[in-house]
Amino acid sequence: MSNAAVATMDRKPMPGMMVYNKKLGMWVFLLSEVMFFTSLIGSYVILRFAHPDHWTEVGTVLNVQLTALNTFFLICSSVTMVKAFAAIQAGDQKGLQRWLLATILIGATFVGIQVVEYMALSGEGFVPMLDSYHAVGRGNPHEGPSLGGPLYGATFYAMTGFHGAHVSIGVLCLIFVYIQSLRGVYTVQDHEGVEVIGLYWHFVDLVWIFLFTIVYLI
Amino acid sequence: MAEQEHSHPPYILIWVVLLVLTLAEVAMSLYMTNVSKVVLAVGLIFMAVWKAALVAMYYMHLRYEPARLWILAISPIPLAFILVLAVISEF
Repeated sequence: MSNAAVATMDRKPMPGMMVYNKKLGMWVFLLSEVMFFTSLIGSYVILRFAHPDHWTEVGTVLNVQLTALNTFFLICSSVTMVKAFAAIQAGDQKGLQRWLLATILIGATFVGIQVVEYMALSGEGFVPMLDSYHAVGRGNPHEGPSLGGPLYGATFYAMTGFHGAHVSIGVLCLIFVYIQSLRGVYTVQDHEGVEVIGLYWHFVDLVWIFLFTIVYLI
Repeated sequence: MAEQEHSHPPYILIWVVLLVLTLAEVAMSLYMTNVSKVVLAVGLIFMAVWKAALVAMYYMHLRYEPARLWILAISPIPLAFILVLAVISEF
Protein backbone atom coordinates (compact mmCIF):
# COMPACT_ATOMS: atom_id res chain seq x y z
CA MET A 1 0.00 0.00 0.00
CA SER A 2 1.41 3.42 -0.92
CA ASN A 3 2.06 6.08 1.67
CA ALA A 4 -0.69 8.20 0.17
CA ALA A 5 -3.17 5.39 0.59
CA VAL A 6 -2.11 4.95 4.19
CA ALA A 7 -2.41 8.68 4.83
CA THR A 8 -5.93 8.83 3.48
CA MET A 9 -7.05 5.82 5.45
CA ASP A 10 -9.20 6.42 8.44
CA ARG A 11 -6.82 7.15 11.33
CA LYS A 12 -8.38 4.50 13.57
CA PRO A 13 -7.49 1.10 12.16
CA MET A 14 -3.87 0.37 12.93
CA PRO A 15 -1.59 -1.88 10.94
CA GLY A 16 -1.10 -5.11 12.81
CA MET A 17 -4.16 -5.69 14.92
CA MET A 18 -6.52 -3.77 12.62
CA VAL A 19 -8.39 -2.09 15.46
CA TYR A 20 -8.05 1.45 16.75
CA ASN A 21 -5.47 2.20 19.40
CA LYS A 22 -7.75 2.77 22.37
CA LYS A 23 -9.53 -0.51 21.80
CA LEU A 24 -6.26 -2.40 21.43
CA GLY A 25 -4.96 -0.72 24.57
CA MET A 26 -8.04 -1.74 26.53
CA TRP A 27 -7.79 -5.33 25.28
CA VAL A 28 -4.14 -5.58 26.29
CA PHE A 29 -5.02 -4.15 29.70
CA LEU A 30 -7.87 -6.66 30.07
CA LEU A 31 -5.49 -9.50 29.22
CA SER A 32 -3.26 -8.39 32.09
CA GLU A 33 -6.40 -8.42 34.23
CA VAL A 34 -7.03 -12.03 33.19
CA MET A 35 -3.64 -12.92 34.65
CA PHE A 36 -4.38 -10.90 37.78
CA PHE A 37 -7.63 -12.71 38.47
CA THR A 38 -6.05 -16.01 37.48
CA SER A 39 -3.52 -15.55 40.26
CA LEU A 40 -6.36 -14.98 42.72
CA ILE A 41 -8.45 -17.89 41.50
CA GLY A 42 -5.40 -20.16 41.23
CA SER A 43 -4.37 -19.37 44.80
CA TYR A 44 -7.93 -20.03 45.92
CA VAL A 45 -8.05 -23.44 44.23
CA ILE A 46 -4.72 -24.48 45.71
CA LEU A 47 -5.64 -23.30 49.22
CA ARG A 48 -8.98 -25.02 49.00
CA PHE A 49 -7.47 -28.34 47.97
CA ALA A 50 -4.81 -28.01 50.66
CA HIS A 51 -7.21 -27.06 53.48
CA PRO A 52 -10.70 -28.35 52.64
CA ASP A 53 -11.63 -28.19 56.33
CA HIS A 54 -11.64 -24.37 56.16
CA TRP A 55 -14.64 -24.37 53.83
CA THR A 56 -18.24 -25.17 54.73
CA GLU A 57 -21.21 -26.49 52.79
CA VAL A 58 -22.60 -24.24 50.03
CA GLY A 59 -25.15 -21.75 51.35
CA THR A 60 -24.39 -22.15 55.05
CA VAL A 61 -22.23 -19.02 55.40
CA LEU A 62 -22.52 -17.05 52.18
CA ASN A 63 -25.92 -15.79 51.10
CA VAL A 64 -26.26 -17.47 47.70
CA GLN A 65 -29.75 -16.11 46.99
CA LEU A 66 -28.78 -12.48 47.64
CA THR A 67 -25.66 -12.81 45.52
CA ALA A 68 -27.64 -14.54 42.76
CA LEU A 69 -29.83 -11.43 42.73
CA ASN A 70 -26.69 -9.30 42.58
CA THR A 71 -25.41 -11.43 39.69
CA PHE A 72 -28.71 -10.78 37.95
CA PHE A 73 -28.13 -7.04 38.39
CA LEU A 74 -24.62 -7.24 36.95
CA ILE A 75 -25.86 -9.17 33.90
CA CYS A 76 -28.59 -6.55 33.43
CA SER A 77 -25.97 -3.80 33.58
CA SER A 78 -24.10 -5.50 30.74
CA VAL A 79 -27.27 -5.36 28.66
CA THR A 80 -27.83 -1.66 29.41
CA MET A 81 -24.17 -1.06 28.46
CA VAL A 82 -24.51 -2.71 25.06
CA LYS A 83 -27.79 -0.82 24.59
CA ALA A 84 -25.90 2.43 25.24
CA PHE A 85 -23.32 1.43 22.64
CA ALA A 86 -26.02 0.45 20.14
CA ALA A 87 -27.78 3.79 20.75
CA ILE A 88 -24.73 5.90 19.90
CA GLN A 89 -23.97 3.68 16.89
CA ALA A 90 -27.40 4.76 15.67
CA GLY A 91 -26.68 8.40 16.59
CA ASP A 92 -29.19 8.40 19.44
CA GLN A 93 -27.63 10.75 22.02
CA LYS A 94 -30.59 10.60 24.40
CA GLY A 95 -30.62 6.83 24.26
CA LEU A 96 -26.90 6.76 25.02
CA GLN A 97 -27.39 8.98 28.06
CA ARG A 98 -30.37 7.00 29.31
CA TRP A 99 -28.68 3.60 29.02
CA LEU A 100 -25.43 4.87 30.49
CA LEU A 101 -27.31 6.24 33.49
CA ALA A 102 -29.09 2.90 33.90
CA THR A 103 -25.73 1.10 33.80
CA ILE A 104 -24.29 3.44 36.44
CA LEU A 105 -27.28 2.95 38.74
CA ILE A 106 -27.28 -0.83 38.40
CA GLY A 107 -23.50 -0.98 38.87
CA ALA A 108 -23.77 1.15 42.02
CA THR A 109 -26.56 -1.13 43.27
CA PHE A 110 -24.25 -4.12 42.83
CA VAL A 111 -21.57 -2.46 44.96
CA GLY A 112 -24.20 -1.42 47.52
CA ILE A 113 -25.50 -4.96 47.90
CA GLN A 114 -21.93 -6.19 48.26
CA VAL A 115 -21.37 -3.72 51.10
CA VAL A 116 -24.55 -4.92 52.83
CA GLU A 117 -23.35 -8.51 52.40
CA TYR A 118 -19.93 -7.66 53.87
CA MET A 119 -21.53 -5.96 56.87
CA ALA A 120 -23.80 -8.93 57.54
CA LEU A 121 -20.95 -11.44 57.19
CA SER A 122 -18.47 -9.50 59.30
CA GLY A 123 -21.15 -9.13 61.97
CA GLU A 124 -21.23 -12.92 62.20
CA GLY A 125 -17.48 -13.16 62.63
CA PHE A 126 -16.71 -13.95 58.99
CA VAL A 127 -13.78 -11.57 58.54
CA PRO A 128 -10.55 -11.62 56.50
CA MET A 129 -8.33 -11.52 59.61
CA LEU A 130 -6.92 -14.60 61.30
CA ASP A 131 -6.92 -13.14 64.82
CA SER A 132 -10.53 -12.03 64.93
CA TYR A 133 -12.04 -14.83 62.86
CA HIS A 134 -14.92 -16.32 64.86
CA ALA A 135 -14.45 -13.49 67.39
CA VAL A 136 -18.15 -12.69 67.41
CA GLY A 137 -21.45 -14.31 66.46
CA ARG A 138 -21.27 -17.78 64.97
CA GLY A 139 -17.91 -18.55 66.52
CA ASN A 140 -19.92 -20.09 69.31
CA PRO A 141 -21.17 -23.51 68.18
CA HIS A 142 -24.58 -22.78 69.66
CA GLU A 143 -25.12 -19.70 67.52
CA GLY A 144 -25.38 -21.35 64.14
CA PRO A 145 -23.50 -23.45 61.58
CA SER A 146 -19.73 -23.30 61.51
CA LEU A 147 -17.98 -20.49 59.66
CA GLY A 148 -15.21 -22.83 58.60
CA GLY A 149 -11.64 -21.63 58.96
CA PRO A 150 -9.97 -18.25 58.40
CA LEU A 151 -8.79 -19.16 54.89
CA TYR A 152 -12.43 -19.14 53.83
CA GLY A 153 -12.83 -15.53 54.95
CA ALA A 154 -9.45 -14.38 53.65
CA THR A 155 -9.93 -15.79 50.14
CA PHE A 156 -13.56 -14.65 49.99
CA TYR A 157 -12.72 -11.02 50.77
CA ALA A 158 -9.61 -11.00 48.57
CA MET A 159 -11.49 -12.22 45.50
CA THR A 160 -14.81 -10.43 45.89
CA GLY A 161 -13.07 -7.33 47.25
CA PHE A 162 -10.81 -6.95 44.21
CA HIS A 163 -13.79 -7.54 41.96
CA GLY A 164 -15.87 -4.99 43.88
CA ALA A 165 -13.03 -2.48 43.50
CA HIS A 166 -13.11 -3.09 39.75
CA VAL A 167 -16.86 -2.51 39.65
CA SER A 168 -16.46 0.69 41.69
CA ILE A 169 -13.76 2.00 39.35
CA GLY A 170 -15.99 1.04 36.43
CA VAL A 171 -18.86 3.05 37.88
CA LEU A 172 -16.58 6.09 38.28
CA CYS A 173 -15.38 5.74 34.67
CA LEU A 174 -18.98 5.36 33.50
CA ILE A 175 -19.92 8.56 35.35
CA PHE A 176 -17.13 10.32 33.44
CA VAL A 177 -18.39 8.89 30.13
CA TYR A 178 -21.95 9.88 31.07
CA ILE A 179 -20.86 13.48 31.71
CA GLN A 180 -19.05 13.46 28.37
CA SER A 181 -22.21 12.15 26.70
CA LEU A 182 -24.22 15.00 28.24
CA ARG A 183 -21.72 17.39 26.65
CA GLY A 184 -22.36 15.71 23.30
CA VAL A 185 -18.81 14.44 22.90
CA TYR A 186 -19.86 11.13 21.33
CA THR A 187 -21.20 10.94 17.79
CA VAL A 188 -22.03 8.29 15.22
CA GLN A 189 -18.56 8.79 13.73
CA ASP A 190 -16.60 8.84 16.97
CA HIS A 191 -17.74 6.93 20.05
CA GLU A 192 -14.55 5.11 20.95
CA GLY A 193 -14.89 6.09 24.62
CA VAL A 194 -18.24 4.33 24.92
CA GLU A 195 -16.96 1.15 23.33
CA VAL A 196 -13.77 1.06 25.41
CA ILE A 197 -15.52 1.54 28.77
CA GLY A 198 -18.05 -1.04 27.58
CA LEU A 199 -15.26 -3.58 27.08
CA TYR A 200 -14.05 -2.97 30.62
CA TRP A 201 -17.55 -3.25 32.02
CA HIS A 202 -18.31 -6.53 30.26
CA PHE A 203 -14.98 -7.92 31.38
CA VAL A 204 -15.88 -7.16 35.01
CA ASP A 205 -19.15 -9.02 34.39
CA LEU A 206 -17.23 -11.91 32.84
CA VAL A 207 -14.93 -12.17 35.86
CA TRP A 208 -17.94 -12.18 38.16
CA ILE A 209 -19.42 -15.13 36.26
CA PHE A 210 -16.39 -17.17 37.33
CA LEU A 211 -16.10 -15.74 40.84
CA PHE A 212 -19.77 -16.32 41.60
CA THR A 213 -19.48 -19.92 40.47
CA ILE A 214 -16.22 -20.66 42.24
CA VAL A 215 -16.70 -18.71 45.49
CA TYR A 216 -20.44 -19.11 46.10
CA LEU A 217 -21.62 -22.21 44.28
CA ILE A 218 -18.84 -24.77 44.57
CA MET B 1 -16.09 4.12 12.80
CA ALA B 2 -13.86 1.98 10.72
CA GLU B 3 -15.05 -1.28 12.19
CA GLN B 4 -16.89 -3.65 9.97
CA GLU B 5 -20.58 -3.06 9.68
CA HIS B 6 -22.67 -5.76 11.23
CA SER B 7 -26.21 -6.09 12.44
CA HIS B 8 -26.64 -5.95 16.18
CA PRO B 9 -26.07 -9.21 17.99
CA PRO B 10 -29.18 -10.60 19.73
CA TYR B 11 -28.44 -8.76 22.97
CA ILE B 12 -31.72 -9.55 24.73
CA LEU B 13 -31.67 -13.21 23.72
CA ILE B 14 -28.17 -13.54 25.17
CA TRP B 15 -29.33 -11.81 28.35
CA VAL B 16 -32.11 -14.41 28.67
CA VAL B 17 -29.66 -17.27 28.11
CA LEU B 18 -27.29 -15.82 30.74
CA LEU B 19 -30.14 -15.57 33.22
CA VAL B 20 -31.36 -19.10 32.57
CA LEU B 21 -27.82 -20.48 32.94
CA THR B 22 -27.35 -18.52 36.18
CA LEU B 23 -30.61 -19.83 37.61
CA ALA B 24 -29.67 -23.35 36.55
CA GLU B 25 -26.28 -22.97 38.25
CA VAL B 26 -27.83 -21.77 41.52
CA ALA B 27 -30.44 -24.56 41.44
CA MET B 28 -27.77 -27.19 40.75
CA SER B 29 -25.57 -25.89 43.53
CA LEU B 30 -28.30 -25.67 46.16
CA TYR B 31 -30.48 -28.64 45.35
CA MET B 32 -28.35 -31.30 43.62
CA THR B 33 -26.74 -32.29 46.88
CA ASN B 34 -26.79 -36.02 46.07
CA VAL B 35 -24.39 -35.56 43.14
CA SER B 36 -20.67 -35.88 43.80
CA LYS B 37 -18.83 -32.62 44.46
CA VAL B 38 -16.44 -33.14 41.54
CA VAL B 39 -19.22 -33.74 39.00
CA LEU B 40 -21.09 -30.71 40.30
CA ALA B 41 -17.99 -28.50 40.16
CA VAL B 42 -17.16 -29.58 36.60
CA GLY B 43 -20.77 -28.97 35.51
CA LEU B 44 -20.89 -25.54 37.11
CA ILE B 45 -17.55 -24.46 35.63
CA PHE B 46 -18.63 -25.75 32.23
CA MET B 47 -21.72 -23.51 32.40
CA ALA B 48 -19.64 -20.56 33.64
CA VAL B 49 -17.28 -20.97 30.67
CA TRP B 50 -20.25 -20.87 28.30
CA LYS B 51 -21.61 -17.75 29.96
CA ALA B 52 -18.21 -16.06 29.82
CA ALA B 53 -17.85 -17.03 26.16
CA LEU B 54 -21.25 -15.50 25.35
CA VAL B 55 -20.29 -12.24 27.06
CA ALA B 56 -16.93 -12.09 25.28
CA MET B 57 -18.27 -13.06 21.85
CA TYR B 58 -21.37 -10.89 21.74
CA TYR B 59 -21.25 -8.18 24.41
CA MET B 60 -17.54 -7.52 23.87
CA HIS B 61 -18.09 -7.99 20.12
CA LEU B 62 -15.17 -10.37 19.82
CA ARG B 63 -17.04 -12.34 17.22
CA TYR B 64 -17.05 -9.32 14.94
CA GLU B 65 -13.42 -8.33 15.49
CA PRO B 66 -10.49 -9.22 13.23
CA ALA B 67 -9.12 -12.72 13.79
CA ARG B 68 -5.85 -11.28 15.07
CA LEU B 69 -7.58 -9.58 18.00
CA TRP B 70 -9.42 -12.79 18.68
CA ILE B 71 -6.10 -14.65 18.89
CA LEU B 72 -4.72 -11.93 21.17
CA ALA B 73 -7.78 -12.21 23.38
CA ILE B 74 -7.43 -15.95 23.96
CA SER B 75 -3.64 -15.80 24.38
CA PRO B 76 -3.75 -15.51 28.21
CA ILE B 77 -5.72 -18.76 28.56
CA PRO B 78 -2.66 -21.04 28.15
CA LEU B 79 -0.63 -18.56 30.21
CA ALA B 80 -3.25 -18.79 32.97
CA PHE B 81 -2.97 -22.59 32.97
CA ILE B 82 0.83 -22.38 33.09
CA LEU B 83 0.65 -19.98 36.04
CA VAL B 84 -1.67 -22.23 38.03
CA LEU B 85 0.24 -25.41 37.16
CA ALA B 86 3.53 -23.77 38.12
CA VAL B 87 2.15 -22.78 41.50
CA ILE B 88 0.63 -26.24 42.06
CA SER B 89 3.99 -27.87 41.26
CA GLU B 90 5.62 -25.76 44.00
CA PHE B 91 2.98 -26.83 46.45
